Amino acid sequence: MAEMWINMGPQHPMTHGLWNLRVKVDGETILDAEPVIGYLHRGWEKMTENRVYPQIIPMSDRLCYGSSMTWSHLYCMTIENLMGVEVPERAEYIRVIVLELQRIASHLMWLAAFGTDLGLLTVFVYCMRERELFLDLLQSVTGARMTYNYPRIGGVRNDLPPDFGRDCLRTLDHFEKKLDEYEEIFDGSAIFLMRTQDIGILKAADGMNLGVTGATLRGSGVKIDLRKHDPYSVYHELDWDLCTHPDCDCYARYRVRMDEMRMSCQIVRDALKKIPAGPIRVKVPRNAPKRTAFARVEDPRGEGLMYVIGDGTDKPYRLKVRSPIFVTVSAVPIMLIGYKIADVPAIMGSVDMCLGETDR
Amino acid sequence: MDLYQFTEGIVSWLVGIVNWILNWVGFHGLAGWLGSPDIIKFLTLLGESIVLLAIGFIVAITMIWQERKTLGRLMDRRGAMVVGPAGYFQNIADGLKTLLKEYIIPEKADKTAYNWAPVIMIGSSILLLVAIPLSGRFYMSDLNAGLLFIFAVFSITPFAILMGGWASNNKYSLIGGMRSAAQLISYEIPLLLSMVGVVLLSGSLNIGDIVNAQAESTWFIIPQLIGFIIFMVAIVAEVERIPFDLPEAEAELVEGWWTEYGGMRFGLLMLAEYFRGYAGAAVAVLLFLGGWSGPFLPPEIWFLIKVFIVFFILIWLRGSLMRVRVDQILNIGWKRLLPLAMVNLVIAVVFKTLGWF
Amino acid sequence: MQGEMPTVGLSEEAVVEAIKKSFTDGVTVGVVGPRRISARVARSVVYKLCEHLKSALSFEHVSCLSGVDKVDHMEVVYHISSYANECVIEITVDVPSDDPEVDSITPLWGGANWHERETHELFGIRFKNHPKLERLLLPFDYEYFPFRKEFKLRGR
Repeated sequence: MAEMWINMGPQHPMTHGLWNLRVKVDGETILDAEPVIGYLHRGWEKMTENRVYPQIIPMSDRLCYGSSMTWSHLYCMTIENLMGVEVPERAEYIRVIVLELQRIASHLMWLAAFGTDLGLLTVFVYCMRERELFLDLLQSVTGARMTYNYPRIGGVRNDLPPDFGRDCLRTLDHFEKKLDEYEEIFDGSAIFLMRTQDIGILKAADGMNLGVTGATLRGSGVKIDLRKHDPYSVYHELDWDLCTHPDCDCYARYRVRMDEMRMSCQIVRDALKKIPAGPIRVKVPRNAPKRTAFARVEDPRGEGLMYVIGDGTDKPYRLKVRSPIFVTVSAVPIMLIGYKIADVPAIMGSVDMCLGETDR
Repeated sequence: MDLYQFTEGIVSWLVGIVNWILNWVGFHGLAGWLGSPDIIKFLTLLGESIVLLAIGFIVAITMIWQERKTLGRLMDRRGAMVVGPAGYFQNIADGLKTLLKEYIIPEKADKTAYNWAPVIMIGSSILLLVAIPLSGRFYMSDLNAGLLFIFAVFSITPFAILMGGWASNNKYSLIGGMRSAAQLISYEIPLLLSMVGVVLLSGSLNIGDIVNAQAESTWFIIPQLIGFIIFMVAIVAEVERIPFDLPEAEAELVEGWWTEYGGMRFGLLMLAEYFRGYAGAAVAVLLFLGGWSGPFLPPEIWFLIKVFIVFFILIWLRGSLMRVRVDQILNIGWKRLLPLAMVNLVIAVVFKTLGWF
Repeated sequence: MQGEMPTVGLSEEAVVEAIKKSFTDGVTVGVVGPRRISARVARSVVYKLCEHLKSALSFEHVSCLSGVDKVDHMEVVYHISSYANECVIEITVDVPSDDPEVDSITPLWGGANWHERETHELFGIRFKNHPKLERLLLPFDYEYFPFRKEFKLRGR
């Protein structure tokens, strides 16, 4: 069969979000790939130049709606760096707890989509069932299930509800048992191992050069996690380990994310033990000084970075967002070339795309 | 009293009434022609085929209902609940909805092939019902090589698939069609070989003889356990269910070679899938699980119960396994099932010469 | 190679000293906080500085590359991070508005590829030696550079 370019998307049941993956195939083998994005571009960064700093917090939630707490937290961190504001310790602990719960919810959504791509529809329903528990927890704290609008510049919006510690621990106990069940479903299935091992190899040197970060890079054996190497908030005071895996294939990335879910449970437990009493918010000035600032976080999908230029008024002069999936998608052709079309869902599923932050 | 005599009785009675009316009106010649044995025979066969089609239809609809509910329970949800008792009429509602949809034919599609592909598919699937008896007295045709006929009709499907995939003028459909045809053709050989073991043990290709042989000795699943497993795996591949449903995988190919078919054409293709699933499960029951033999209940009911149990296993596989990649499917078919089927054949020969079964 | 273990290397002050030794003019650099270095670099020196950072000081990863439109001139801001030394350097380059051109760093780090494409189509800054400077986010026939300050959004 002659070579031909196939468009996977933009209308496609599999692609997580609205984008187009053009692959050049010869029979079933992929010779080249070219991602085409931009269908969801909203001009986010330009919109922020017309809004006051607190008004941008709900906007930052919508950058990636799958893990929205991370982005509003990143934004608040950036503005706190800009204004030189120090956040009280209780607020930092609350932020960490809520962020790790969000990380578990985001990884559960990834697992649901990954299983569906491979053909296992049952896992979708199971993971969504577990995710409901975490969304309930987050709803009891913030009042919303998806775009929370919870961190504020200088702290968080409100305190944890009174029974939160007990509910949280109960949910985590239940979830860890379920996580064992999911590992059995996936690791015990010979078909899963056949479909993900030695597929989508991304060597560590290639990954670092192309700017890939997060679980995708840790699946190639690189021991980098921004929560350990560029610590922010109170991560350096909590007791947890990095998760990594030496094979560079889809199975390794899957393994890293499952381990990260367990590690998040450990972090939440530790934070609930160590959380101090105190204020949850400080007052911040209205106008920002004339300087620049940036902040980096470890988003569930990789490294997120925001860079802000303040100009003495109450609106930012320039706010730049660096999204992890934006760079990972540009590195996707390396992971695809040489494999078959049937491997595309497995590889793209292991990369965990979310289009909102790619196109902004 | 078997199905033929039963239908003949009903047809004769109906023809008698019509003839009485015709005689009363005055058309004696027409009444005579209508009452002649050839016409009665023709009408009886027509009646039988309508009965079998109705039974096949009802069983297929029940199987779809069974699948929805079982898959729902596997996924910790309830399945269709609202329409009809326990959601039984949901499928009829879905069928009506499918009838109301618009047929969109792609502009550059090859019209003849595009129109004929689903016809061949559903036609061959319904043709299978002819040769599958429900019991010793409920059958339409007692072919001497009934088993061979069933598998021959099973093999017509790759034609329809290739025609449909090509005629849709769509790269996805083409790829899906080729994959589908490759998968079906490769799995027919283990299917036939596992059947040959049973034929050796029972000594005939006639389905009635096979079931009677099982009633005399034991169900053939016991000496032919490997054959049964190979048969089940091959049937899952032939009917294109998960774990072997990559040709229709939603994840990459939208719906594979079905992509460009809309409305009732698509509905017929789905129905054809379930007819073939029924045929596959029925053959598994007839060859390995003793057919219609069983105490107390009438044999037709036993047969249907066993068919539904076998189909439950197929649904269970669908709910718990993932898709296998297409080159891995072909690997399994040629490199693993084929040697295993040969081993099974050797075992069958050994058992036959020893005279145990 | 697989399983790279980045070791703790130089401190930020040592990195700053190394840069100052190799680049005497065109580069102003200093430590601005724990794990943070900031530099202002002239346009002609950027590519050589980045080469030096990659080969000698093990800065393996381009975090971000953004454009800024200060009305009388434009700026390109690079954030390049080092896993081995655990620090991030922020490089600001001034680019004149009438000749917005800068050397591309994509030949050094593939991670800058799409960032440069995006900056080009939103600001109009050209990157020399970029392998494929094409449209990324905006429609194919879009005529403006929307993130420039002269492009005003409706309603505000």
